[in-house]
Amino acid sequence: MRLSGRFGRFGGCYVPEILVPALEQLEAAFLDAQEDPAFTAELNGLLANYAGRPTPLTKCRNLPSNLYLKREDLLHGGAHKTNQVLAQGLLAKRMGKTRLIAETGAGQHGVATAIVGALLGFETVVYMGSDDVERQQLNVFRMRLMGATVVPVESGGRTLKDAVNEALRDWSASFESTHYLLGTAAGPHPFPTLVRDFQRVIGREARAQMIEHIGRLPDAVVACVGGGSNAIGLFADFIPDTAVRLIGVEAAGRGLDGEEHGATLLRGAAGILHGAETYLLQDPDGQVKDTWSVSAGLDYPAVGPEHAHLKDSGRADYVGATDAEALAAFKTLAEKEGILCAFESAHALAHALKLADEEPESAILVGLSGRGDKDVAQAQGLLA
Amino acid sequence: MSRYAAMFERLNGECAFGAFLMLGDPDPLASAALLNAVVEGGADMVEVGIPFSDPVADGPVIQAAAGRALAAGVTVSDCFDLIAEFRARNGEVPVGILTYANIVMARPGFMRDAADAGVDSLLIADVPALEAEPYANAMQQSGVEPVLIAAANTPQKTLERIGKISKAYTYCVSRAGITGTHAGGQFDPGLVGRLAESGAPPPVFGFGISSPEHVRAAIGAGAKGVICGSAIVDLASRGGNVAAFVRTMKDSTRNDSVRQ
Repeated sequence: MRLSGRFGRFGGCYVPEILVPALEQLEAAFLDAQEDPAFTAELNGLLANYAGRPTPLTKCRNLPSNLYLKREDLLHGGAHKTNQVLAQGLLAKRMGKTRLIAETGAGQHGVATAIVGALLGFETVVYMGSDDVERQQLNVFRMRLMGATVVPVESGGRTLKDAVNEALRDWSASFESTHYLLGTAAGPHPFPTLVRDFQRVIGREARAQMIEHIGRLPDAVVACVGGGSNAIGLFADFIPDTAVRLIGVEAAGRGLDGEEHGATLLRGAAGILHGAETYLLQDPDGQVKDTWSVSAGLDYPAVGPEHAHLKDSGRADYVGATDAEALAAFKTLAEKEGILCAFESAHALAHALKLADEEPESAILVGLSGRGDKDVAQAQGLLA
Repeated sequence: MSRYAAMFERLNGECAFGAFLMLGDPDPLASAALLNAVVEGGADMVEVGIPFSDPVADGPVIQAAAGRALAAGVTVSDCFDLIAEFRARNGEVPVGILTYANIVMARPGFMRDAADAGVDSLLIADVPALEAEPYANAMQQSGVEPVLIAAANTPQKTLERIGKISKAYTYCVSRAGITGTHAGGQFDPGLVGRLAESGAPPPVFGFGISSPEHVRAAIGAGAKGVICGSAIVDLASRGGNVAAFVRTMKDSTRNDSVRQ
């Protein structure tokens, strides 16, 4: 490997030996592509003319007007996922791979992978926990419409963690022809670095847009954290701006005092899962716990290693929002601003609404990472 | 001399047969009986899994075994107890642990506890040579021999690193994939030669060993030992005669049974 793949003590490349050459190949392709103006031009062209970048920054009209929403919900595919998926699709082409595999929780990453599979001509297989298949039937249908095969995973808790396990098993046998298009800034090196760098565009645009809107940087930047790709993408360009508070919002599920949540950084301990040293929700023996969140995209017991480092170094703060708080924020945003956001993004919004109330003078930037169409059926059941 | 070195010396060139079992599967009592059965059947070495909730290197059979053990409430301490009881009954048979990094990391003093239980080696499936050094150092300090995996696609520079770090034997994965998927005796003969150049300890073939034909093919490809896992675990889960199966497999390692 040419890069260290470490964020402080966290990160690394903890995979079976057989996968190391595939990760070395990916790192080389990633580093070489960054030096290649043709790669950058093709990616930027797709981001602008296919995916719809830049995404707008919306100042709230009826919610507190010190809230600014970075509208990744308006990106093609319905979430920030498309940014880095287009980039990895181009990398897979560069490496001569013909097949993509991916894991998905809410289905947003699966949809994004199906999009790039259709666009760039890959055979696409998406692993999805069978409970999530049930919760997110519309996204399953979307993936199938775009030609992807969706494989329901019956092992473990039948959610995102188990889908990652199954994708890694597939890749162990298929790496010669197949690229594992990992969906978040987690997993073994080089994924956390690669995904962050391809999601960095969110924060780069938002930073410039804030300066354009108010002539200065925001006081706080708030994003939801499951695996952590939208948060790290939004945070990355603000990390050197030490006056800007970075706040990640984890799924507090049915409450942080119980077992039913996905608050890895708030309630976990350091460990190794899915290729990286990071925070994990685990028992004293190191068995990984099943998690809970109303939002499938935050239902994950690990977190990207850079977030673990940002927490330990004190550069970012991490808080929780419960299912009920997220649902209330989802409803409020719909009623007041006419925007249906994803349940994941509603966690960030829930905390940002509290903050906007407490600090009316602060400018607060919120990552609206995805749109809520996929969650409407579930919301209908929960809010009825 | 370590138990592995003594075993290879006793075998005098004959291929070692390693039996893999998941500790605590389906419960500690039955697991202890299975450990005895594989030795009764003639296993030269016993490799044991400590169950982990997320075994990414394992296929459905070993995943299910880990799941049964965890469902029975088996803890890491229970696993060390099982090994210690086994060690009290069997002084010579080498015992190696195969597990995952988080299990090791979650327990301060894991290596010491393993050594105290009578464990000879430790393979951590998700710690490749790239990340192995701190783990291998901790093992050596406690008197546990590190075992690393060499795969058919592992580059020579990594094999050399493995040659330096791996002690008891080298766990060879001579085809892509996870445990319990069968290559039908297709092994890459190049790996053993490249390993020998790197000065690595004896090559023991891990994946894809479920029949006497596979054992003979592995020997033909230069294996000094084989480990059979999924076939034994699957047979045990169906109540089959594990000792008899191990005996058949061990018989196929004897030099006079090798036709190639």
